[in-house]
Amino acid sequence: MTTTTGPGRSVRSGGVAPVLQLEGISKRFGAVRALSDVSFDARPGEVVALVGDNGAGKSTLVKVIAGVHPADAGTISFGGRPVTIDSPAAAQRTGIATVHQDLALCDNLDVVANLFLGNEATHSGALDEVEMERRSWDLLRRLSAKMPSVRIPVASLSGGQRQTVAIARSLLGAPQVVMLDEPTAALGVAQTAEVLNLVETLRDQGLAVILISHNMADVMAVADRVVVLRLGRNNGDLDVSETTHEEVVAAITGASTNAVSERAGRREDGASGAAGGQDEEGTS
Amino acid sequence: MTSTGAAQLPPDLQDDRLVREQGPRGYVLRFLSRLRSGDLGSLPVVIGLSIIWVAFYLQSPVFLSSRNLVNLTLQCAAIGTISLGVVLVLLLGEIDLSVGSVSGVGAAVLAVTFVQRGWPLPLVLVLAIGAGTLIGLLYGLLYTRFGVPSFVITLAGLLGFLGLQLFVLGDTGSINLPFDSFLVQFAQQAFLPTPLAYALAIGVPTSYAAARWTSGRRRGRAGLSAPAPLDIAVRAVALAVVLLLGVWYLGIDRGVSVMFGFFVTLVIIADQVLRRTRWGRSVFAVGGNVEAARRAGIAVNRVYVSVFALCSTLAALGGVLAASRVAAANQSSGGSDTNLNAIAAAVIGGTSLFGGRGSAYSALLGILVIQSISSGLTLMNLDSSVRYMITGAVLLLAVIVDSLSRRSRRSHGRA
Repeated sequence: MTTTTGPGRSVRSGGVAPVLQLEGISKRFGAVRALSDVSFDARPGEVVALVGDNGAGKSTLVKVIAGVHPADAGTISFGGRPVTIDSPAAAQRTGIATVHQDLALCDNLDVVANLFLGNEATHSGALDEVEMERRSWDLLRRLSAKMPSVRIPVASLSGGQRQTVAIARSLLGAPQVVMLDEPTAALGVAQTAEVLNLVETLRDQGLAVILISHNMADVMAVADRVVVLRLGRNNGDLDVSETTHEEVVAAITGASTNAVSERAGRREDGASGAAGGQDEEGTS
Repeated sequence: MTSTGAAQLPPDLQDDRLVREQGPRGYVLRFLSRLRSGDLGSLPVVIGLSIIWVAFYLQSPVFLSSRNLVNLTLQCAAIGTISLGVVLVLLLGEIDLSVGSVSGVGAAVLAVTFVQRGWPLPLVLVLAIGAGTLIGLLYGLLYTRFGVPSFVITLAGLLGFLGLQLFVLGDTGSINLPFDSFLVQFAQQAFLPTPLAYALAIGVPTSYAAARWTSGRRRGRAGLSAPAPLDIAVRAVALAVVLLLGVWYLGIDRGVSVMFGFFVTLVIIADQVLRRTRWGRSVFAVGGNVEAARRAGIAVNRVYVSVFALCSTLAALGGVLAASRVAAANQSSGGSDTNLNAIAAAVIGGTSLFGGRGSAYSALLGILVIQSISSGLTLMNLDSSVRYMITGAVLLLAVIVDSLSRRSRRSHGRA
């Protein structure tokens, strides 16, 4: 188990300007309005979790940021400057790396080959295996990741190690924003901890980490901020240190229109439990 | 080999989970553990080849005579070249069932333009081999544009290009190539001069050792573990012994055929290109996981088109070699069992039908198996009916070994 001795969760996002900022993002698929007027931002040295129920628009927002589906309306700015992200390559050039849920690794190739796939170092025309292996170890060491060997096929690695390889690969382009789609899905307890450590390492190195997860325990364990989507709209932007599990769940399920007002209301009433009122949903 | 402080160890040996036995004992143990987990490499085919050779030798000692082995090398080159193309397609997880017909087209174009039209040889070769390239480009475009399975495209090609071969040949039955032409001389009479053959048998292992040593030095400078000099030396000496014995034994008869040397050179080049270039890496990546390759920014369609084109080019080249060897092209060139032998050789040699796993050397090893069976059965005066059945059974066995080792690799996490 590797513990990072960095600033931990103390990196508060207060004063730092967002590196990635989305405003008024809308996206329609035919008659379905997948996203309407959604805003989202990510700051350097911060883990922001993007949560929401199935069909809330998480995946669509991820695809907008990753450049898979460009948005219909809205602006994206990166480092304060407006940018157009109309393809996955454009997203990468901008400095946004995405690790998809299926990891997209070639099981028959070894770790080095996977890390440098499509981006191989060459030495007078031939692959430069030595240089690639050296850089692989540098990269893995930077992530404090333990890997028995980089010369074994990826198929023989554990789920957590495969996730590590996928994340390490996303860092090769020196991105400023790393987006992880369900990185802990289908992982065991120890492997999940391994990946969460990795997320903290990334944050401590000043990257903005966007974490998409269904697992509330992971979100509460590692995120600094939680952005909740519900039915294609923003439904809360919560600071994890001042929020409870139940409040996030309430925002996800729509047990309250707005988690913040619901919280305030609960304080006044002195009532407990989030299953209080079934309010009208979706009104801002 | 002290491992007191992990800090002194190169990074690729530091992990304490990494079980690594040192010395020759460790070498054997690692080899056995690889076998148990289903990472068989070329071992099954080497064992199979030894069994076949011993069995035929016991039946008829002529089988292992220098003369018969020289004939064997001559018979290997043409279909082996076709098989090399099949290896490339199989690495992508695709198949080309039409290599026989395409080789027939190559032979037909060669014979018609060279003998009937009397065009100069270089132009003839470009046309004959280029016909294969065009066919492969067509396959690649059909595959990438319409997404038709390669199985169906090339099945259509099998029939269609057999028709083209007959069309090119016209109503002439069989066209004989003149015996004094360069091609026929090359395929039938050309043997490496003995000193050159011995020089190669020494030179190839030497350059292998030099390459390993240089890369080991670079690894050392980069702070990585380098192979032990002893390890390199043992491998190089073993390779040299095998090559020298081969050259000596074939030299008792006519020697090492130039056409066989040409085929082996093609195999070595293909192996280097597959393992040491970005294109080769992308072939393995596409064969392993197309979607991952695409997302990694590999121009997947270009890989497909280039591999189909190379496969058909090598098929046409194989057709040219086959026609040169028998000094004739006719309606049955590339027919009968050419197709199946070429595909069987690739699979028997250890290239997986499931894509992403295999090596150029499987074309060489596989064709040796196929031609050994064919030659041995002929020596035993057995009918071609038996030959077909036995070759079919060997192919089936190879595919079963491939499927079983794939299953075992999965359960041992080496998929």
